[in-house]
Amino acid sequence: MIIAEQKPLQEIRRMISPYESVLIVGCGTCMTVCDAGGEREVAFLHNALRMAQAKGGNETHHFLEFTLKRQCEPEFLEMLVDKISDVDAILSLGCGIGVQAIAERFPDTPVVPGVNTSFMGISREQGVWDERCAACGDCRLEDTAGICPITRCTKGILNGPCAGTKNGKCEANKDMDCAWVLIYKRLERLGQLEKMRRYYPMRNFRAVPRPKRLVKTPVVLGEDNG
Amino acid sequence: MANSLFEEKLNSDEFLVTTEVGPPKGVEVSEMIHHIDILKDKVDAINVTDHQSSVMRFPSLGGCLLVKELGGEPILQMTCRDRNRLALQADLLLAYSRSIVNVLCLTGDSIDVGDHKDAKPVFDSDSIQLLKMIRTMESGKDVGGNDLKGVPKFCLGASVHPEADFIEPQLIKFEKKVAAGAQFFQTQGIFEVASLRRFMQYASQFDIKILAGIIVLASARMAKYMNDNVPGIIVPQTIIDELASVEKGKGRQKGIEIAARLIKTIREENLSHGIHIMAVGNESVVPDILEAAEVEVARH
Repeated sequence: MIIAEQKPLQEIRRMISPYESVLIVGCGTCMTVCDAGGEREVAFLHNALRMAQAKGGNETHHFLEFTLKRQCEPEFLEMLVDKISDVDAILSLGCGIGVQAIAERFPDTPVVPGVNTSFMGISREQGVWDERCAACGDCRLEDTAGICPITRCTKGILNGPCAGTKNGKCEANKDMDCAWVLIYKRLERLGQLEKMRRYYPMRNFRAVPRPKRLVKTPVVLGEDNG
Repeated sequence: MANSLFEEKLNSDEFLVTTEVGPPKGVEVSEMIHHIDILKDKVDAINVTDHQSSVMRFPSLGGCLLVKELGGEPILQMTCRDRNRLALQADLLLAYSRSIVNVLCLTGDSIDVGDHKDAKPVFDSDSIQLLKMIRTMESGKDVGGNDLKGVPKFCLGASVHPEADFIEPQLIKFEKKVAAGAQFFQTQGIFEVASLRRFMQYASQFDIKILAGIIVLASARMAKYMNDNVPGIIVPQTIIDELASVEKGKGRQKGIEIAARLIKTIREENLSHGIHIMAVGNESVVPDILEAAEVEVARH
């Protein structure tokens, strides 16, 4: 899941200041689950902006709100067609992908981001998320016992821990587990320590140039089963 | 044939002595020159640190050029934190062209411990991949597979942490460094003879030279600071207590005494192939330590 956090109200107010009529668009998928930009957050933000405007006195924004199931899919974006004819700008609470999908679909409407997209991760406990995948395009979790050193080691190194690890924690952050200590312990538990003894060459960054594009050849499942 | 004076010494049975200087933050290099001057004839080689603790400074390569100019034997410390593979290879070409061939290959401290915390950490390679990269260059190719005009030769070192609190993964990495072509190791700071003895019993199976790292402490406060802030360092409480036991102003002398005592034991018990003294900003005391430890180096 993509994790994000809402931008400070002050920054959002600065971004929307040139526009009178603003459509706040939420996203019903990742942004809803990480409490950054679902239907509930859209309503909260709408209220907060109205209250700030009432206190400030001299601003005259008009807000509308709508939450799409997903901002990153063209078919859902079509639902915005009827809603944007009278708006001056869209304030998207989608992740960076959602904001750009809106910009591509609606070339004449300015769109501003309401969240800072942070990472791809998992929910740890209420209100806590941890990064787990860097989308490097060359998954090596088989070699590292299902623990990603590119994401979880601050240096993203591939051949074992640096000498900075202490008490199983990272030299960059004493509260953060050393990914390579976790990898070692799990490989040992699985009887696969030989995987750590292998040499892993430098990563191939060209295999996944930015911006990345994935083109899939349609496959009929089961076609090889006779 | 040896590629450098230091490599020649590595290939001998003599006790090896190296130390290091940290370049200044800025262009005022007179203090570093002074340190190089007082050290160059008392040790086999001088490391020049590479933005140690991720603090931006005058570069290691520049410091090594100064060591050369002053008639010393430099060891170029090279980390992977700030340069991608193009920049690392280019700096190695320059180093070789100026007869700087001893290279200590390090991954580098995290950006987060330094003074430019917002910088982009590079780590295009790690220490092991850097060792391999240099061995590839010695075959006449860059790591892109292209021919090099003229073939460089280097003498390669790496680091190891015998006092790491979780040693097994460190030893796996050590073996990978040996396999990748490291000829010598300068260890992280050793404080307990027992851990060095244990490590050397294991490491003696490999055809490499181990220089035991000696960190020179100047006060109990410094020791505690290093425990809290310097990646990997673990100064034992007994040493901290010993430093705290002396009256104010005598910490530096006590630090010299502790370092010299450790070096003497290492030599008497033949515990390693040499020592690497890290005075961390206190380079001028290194000759005193060597004198107190009765270590003399015959430089050729």
